[in-house]
Amino acid sequence: MSELFKGKSTSRRAFLRGSVAAAAGAVTAGAAQAGTPDPLITDVQPWATGLGDGVDASPYGLPIEYESDVVRRNVEWLTADTISSINFTPIHALDGTITPQGCAFERHHSGAIDLKKEDYRLMINGLVDKPLVFTYADLERFPRENHVYFCECAANTGMEWAGAQLNGAQFTHGMIHNMEYTGVPLRTLIEEAGLDVAGDLKDKWVYVEGADASSNGRSIPMGKALGDCLVAFKANGEALRKEHGYPVRLVVPGWEGNMWVKWIRRIEVTDGPVESREETSKYTDTLADGTSRKWTWVMDAKSVVTSPSPQSPITHGKGPLVITGLAWSGHGAITRVDVSKDGGKTWEIARLAKEGEAKALTRFYLDTTWDGEEMLLQSRAMDDTGYIQPTKAQLREVRGENSIYHNNCIQTWWVRPNGEAENVEVS
Amino acid sequence: MSKFLKFTLVAGIAVSATATAVWSGEYGLGREALPEEIAAWDVKIMPDGRGLPEGSGDVWTGDEVFAEHCAVCHGDFAEGIGNWPKLAGGQGTLDRKDPLKTVGSYWPHLSTVWDYVNRSMPFGNAQSLTPDDVYAITAYILYSNNLVEDDFVLSHENFAEFEMPNADGFIVDDRAETEYAIWHGEPCMENCKDSVEITMRAAVLDVTPDEEGTETEAAAPAAEAEPVEAAATETSPEPAVGPDPELVAAGEKVFRKCKACHQVGEGAKNRVGPQLNGVVGRAAGAVDGFKYSSALEGMAGDGLVWDNESLAAFLADPRGFMKGTRMAFAGLRSDEDIAAIAAYLSTFGE
Repeated sequence: MSELFKGKSTSRRAFLRGSVAAAAGAVTAGAAQAGTPDPLITDVQPWATGLGDGVDASPYGLPIEYESDVVRRNVEWLTADTISSINFTPIHALDGTITPQGCAFERHHSGAIDLKKEDYRLMINGLVDKPLVFTYADLERFPRENHVYFCECAANTGMEWAGAQLNGAQFTHGMIHNMEYTGVPLRTLIEEAGLDVAGDLKDKWVYVEGADASSNGRSIPMGKALGDCLVAFKANGEALRKEHGYPVRLVVPGWEGNMWVKWIRRIEVTDGPVESREETSKYTDTLADGTSRKWTWVMDAKSVVTSPSPQSPITHGKGPLVITGLAWSGHGAITRVDVSKDGGKTWEIARLAKEGEAKALTRFYLDTTWDGEEMLLQSRAMDDTGYIQPTKAQLREVRGENSIYHNNCIQTWWVRPNGEAENVEVS
Repeated sequence: MSKFLKFTLVAGIAVSATATAVWSGEYGLGREALPEEIAAWDVKIMPDGRGLPEGSGDVWTGDEVFAEHCAVCHGDFAEGIGNWPKLAGGQGTLDRKDPLKTVGSYWPHLSTVWDYVNRSMPFGNAQSLTPDDVYAITAYILYSNNLVEDDFVLSHENFAEFEMPNADGFIVDDRAETEYAIWHGEPCMENCKDSVEITMRAAVLDVTPDEEGTETEAAAPAAEAEPVEAAATETSPEPAVGPDPELVAAGEKVFRKCKACHQVGEGAKNRVGPQLNGVVGRAAGAVDGFKYSSALEGMAGDGLVWDNESLAAFLADPRGFMKGTRMAFAGLRSDEDIAAIAAYLSTFGE
């Protein structure tokens, strides 16, 4: 089976898991059939005799060692180095919707910088009544809000335009995370500086930049800036991680991750877009005729089956099977997800774990019975605007294959009778 | 929007009634930004050239400045080295398979080049260039794209006149019309296709990272940590034998300036610069598989060894110490930083 996989370890892990599961399966099967008693039950185990760790064994806890493979991974050939680079969330191994910060993907343009709260300053200038400087402590004195939002890199699934390329949901769809943010609405801060001098706001923009060497400046139209953007300093209840912009980052709900400026240091009200590097040479989408779309900010509805998937094969044989995945839309809430087992010939409506929330990840399940035959697994998301996630062929028909960004196509996993899965394209 | 305007109006009245003549927002938090502070941070250049400082630079100066600061990654002719960005070429490729997007073939505004070079380049030493350097580099990038002649001089005065070849190559997001209108309605649930064939497989392409290496690496530190510690206690009874841990820690921070080009530690590989494991005490130019500059090879031939003294001299002034070195690094100004780097590097053996 291993010759089908590049990831030696993918197959090795699959094999290990498979054999472990098979062994355990044999044992449990035996126990269930009143064969050999299970020594895990009949023998007194060391953990039931001795003592465990004391309360301060790990003042800030990490996952137990048995989960050490659930980590961010990088695709080395994608970028020149790891400093201006990206890695991927292990979505194949997570469940629920909240992404733990420690395994949430990272994207830096000049590395994750060390910036203390005491050294942090946020400037608002440009077309405002009074240019202001805030300290971190100032930010904590404005009224705060809490919101859960997904952050997806515009290049998520970008390596798949020309064909099935990376073998794992982590690598095809892992440039995404979903956290509960605490912060101050961007609107509150801009209003604090005053917009009277800006005049008509319809043609005004807000330029945001970070404190790192890349600064990653982006121009945001005023409507969005005064809408749901958040200047956030906590994620999932605790301080942002360094790699996600500690101490303060911008949250731009539903819009491409590049705009979520980390280490945000300056907010400027301008009379037009700056046309920075990140909004001209990058994050623009080239169409088949050579013209390129710009200002493609919204992340369209998308979904993926996270398990079974190449890094999460079926190890239990036929019978009850949970098919699960994630769905999201930058336009609003997910209303429905369909799953196909035959490459899109027939579809079933999946169960949403919770009602979809606007611009946040939604978990779906299809609780099914596997007959042990091969499957071509797909999922298809719909959001509350009525948008239906397209196939890759539909996307290519409109855009060609050179867009790089905003690939929200339906993904196919080919699950074989041995339970292994592979990233494929189907007709 | 109107609601918002009303709100500020109300807030404004409230403020003028209660506060002095000085503007104050609803919360009165923060303080006024000083002109010097705004000047220091607001360095953006608008597409029409607003924000450019006075200055100028010509192609030939640009050639030199580029060779010194940029060529190590972008190549002498802006052609790009390895996976680092290519800045020149690609005209006429945007509608082909794998288009080559460069400043010349793709970037719609010259202001973007100036702005980005000025604020973010060179990689690892941002904001170190003078305005004239940036004008010169920008002029040279235009020249390497065959967009200007070799006698071209770029300045704040002629900047706005320059039109980029792909300036008209962009349209505003039109997904609402071209896509959303189509991918809508009640989706097909049954008999949606006659047949389904697998047309492409990721395993055939074989580009997925191998997870095995990462796993071994992750497991290794735990396994190795103890023996190393044990060895240290056995063989170094005197505490002052190794480098000062504080100095090493400081050096690790300073090394961030070097990381863009140099790797060190387990699995370190040659990148733009050679890997640096065991560099302290080693003969110069001795890393296998790295193509050194002839300047370095020359000094290596003369017996240069990287000890604390030579490293310090090189790091203080790379190009002064070694004329013709490819290391595009301005040098470390502080002796403490140099000592810290040397201490840090000395902790990595071959």
